[in-house]
Amino acid sequence: MTQKPRDTDIPAVEYLDSRSAQGPAGSLEELHKRLLLAPPYRWVSQAIIRSGLSARGILIATPYLWLLLFFLAPFLIVLKISFSEYAIAQPPYTALFAWVDDVFIQIRLNLENYQLLFEDDLYWRAYLNSVKIAGISTFLTLLVGYPLAYGMTRAPRHWRLALLMLVILPFWTSFLIRVYAWIGILKKEGLLNLLLLNLGVIDQPLVIMNTDTAVYIGIIYSYLPFMVLPLYASLEKMDDSLLEAAADLGCRPIKAFWQITFPISIYGVIAGCFLVFIPALGEFVIPDLLGGSGTLMIGKTLWAEFFSNRDWPLSSAVAVVLLLILVVPIVAFQKMQEKDKTA
Amino acid sequence: MKFLAKSALAAVLLAGTAAPGSSADGVVNVYNWSDYIDETILQDFEKETGIKVVYDVFDSNDILETKLLAGGTGYDVVVPSGTFLSRQIQAGVFQPLDKSKLSNLGNMWNVVSERTATYDPDNAHSVNYMWGTTGIGYNVDQVEERMADAPVDSWKLIFDPTVLSKFADCGVFMLDASDEMIPAALNYLGEDPDSHDPEVIAKAEDLLMSIRPYIQKFHSSEYINALANGDICIAVGWSGDVLQARDRAAEADNGVTVNYSTPIEGALMWFDQMAIPKDAKNVENAHIFIDYIMRADVMAKASNYVYYANGNEASQALLEPDVIGDPAIYPSEAALKTLYTTTPYPPRVQRKVTRLWTKVKSGQ
Repeated sequence: MTQKPRDTDIPAVEYLDSRSAQGPAGSLEELHKRLLLAPPYRWVSQAIIRSGLSARGILIATPYLWLLLFFLAPFLIVLKISFSEYAIAQPPYTALFAWVDDVFIQIRLNLENYQLLFEDDLYWRAYLNSVKIAGISTFLTLLVGYPLAYGMTRAPRHWRLALLMLVILPFWTSFLIRVYAWIGILKKEGLLNLLLLNLGVIDQPLVIMNTDTAVYIGIIYSYLPFMVLPLYASLEKMDDSLLEAAADLGCRPIKAFWQITFPISIYGVIAGCFLVFIPALGEFVIPDLLGGSGTLMIGKTLWAEFFSNRDWPLSSAVAVVLLLILVVPIVAFQKMQEKDKTA
Repeated sequence: MKFLAKSALAAVLLAGTAAPGSSADGVVNVYNWSDYIDETILQDFEKETGIKVVYDVFDSNDILETKLLAGGTGYDVVVPSGTFLSRQIQAGVFQPLDKSKLSNLGNMWNVVSERTATYDPDNAHSVNYMWGTTGIGYNVDQVEERMADAPVDSWKLIFDPTVLSKFADCGVFMLDASDEMIPAALNYLGEDPDSHDPEVIAKAEDLLMSIRPYIQKFHSSEYINALANGDICIAVGWSGDVLQARDRAAEADNGVTVNYSTPIEGALMWFDQMAIPKDAKNVENAHIFIDYIMRADVMAKASNYVYYANGNEASQALLEPDVIGDPAIYPSEAALKTLYTTTPYPPRVQRKVTRLWTKVKSGQ
């Protein structure tokens, strides 16, 4: 790295005061020179130059550093806990490493937690049920989200920004409060039942609250923007003249949709589905607040292991396995994105 | 929802009055159960002592214990229940109280202190805040409408599937607390409610599974509002919480009458204990706070507000007649004898118990 031409390097440190600074005011270089007057910036800048890193190197390293610090390190801690044993202590698990004679480190790996995951069908059923709930809600979110995104791209140009804002706006309110609001709508004497009863559509209140249906509604509502935004992005790029050409050649609109529009938006569809499926799989808040006690999802199971059982090692093992299960769609997503870039 | 908004607002206001994260003298960080204090007590304490109270709430022992075991909670006074306290003392979470700083210890009631000593030998780490029973809260009219001779004073109402099934359409809630519901089931079966024998505990599983289809939800705080609003018929809940539901319904004048019964077969008697974590930063203020709460007039005010009995004998003279005179709050001598206490499960048994409880809750 040190042998490469360093044309992208930060200029050598010069102690210039602002009056003698050259170059157009407000340029990046100008800002850099001004900032050099401040010691912390100068130290960092000097340290970077001395270490022989190029600006590009730092730029490339930053996301990796971020992942290392905030993803890999916590994961390793969880992995470590998953191999320890439950104990009545603070924190409530045994140490993995122990010094023997002050010279050797003894490592005790306890595989019992993983063994239990395989022996007890509860965990597998929870995993499978989560996949089922996440899968169905992803499909339903697509059904709701696609017409929405399509409608947005067909809207007059000057409306689009406002429509986009309307999709994003709910994010300004806490997720928890929005899910709580659904309790008020779905409960036995909630808004929905009152409305339907008064309209005479039903004569007995619908039991939606505390069922899987409520969980589906909650997930579809909460993750809809994650589906709409990538769909909108891919649909917006579409060239309208393609549809005109299809119509000129006698293709009916529905056929044109399946032959032209949908294939063009396929990457948006896939991206949206992953963005909904992955977080929905480990969802805890929605099944806890809206679901009934019979709603078995891995997020809730993990919570129970951690809080009710105080069994940090076992819940860590559940989390590690959940991550392994998630790696498959995440890697597929990555592959798909790469393909999208080269396409 | 009204209560939720109220308590959320109160929490925000209380949190807002103190400098966050401040560990200097003049602050005490308290972590107590939700809906468990007359908030004017906190204001009075601040006025009298000049110590700001940062008051935060939880609704399950599990949440509290997880925080305590992780350490560094920042709380100076916490209020776990007896069985949890016992395990937490074993884990080394609490510091012994400096009894020379607790001038009001003489107010405590030995009927309660003797029992809490089984969780905390010599009551070295804790002082009783409130105690109560785990029994049945029900909507009087709705229950009568569905079953005129419903056994409301018996666990039959809950554990007999033919009886409970009559109320499934109206809504039945149960506490999400395995350490309370399994003993209740065992007690109904005539077994030792405090049994740690997996084979005996398995009998509770069969019983609970037989009534599972008729239970809508397992939750430890939602039933207060659900009962008060008339959303549900029956809830297995904590005495004072059900009585709060009763009063909220009466206040709202919504035509809902809620009642609480301590079943004749006996019920769990539990204790919530004030204790100071080892890593508390304001130990001095924590003692001042605990001592203040132990004052007869303060404790009486608290019980008059939340409808829970306390372990403070001196406060009894100052209790409202509808508190001290209500057998649902202060059971008679005879009823007191039917109440049982439990001890914490050892780790191996605990895992089986939680597994059993997950199975019961998910119904599969």
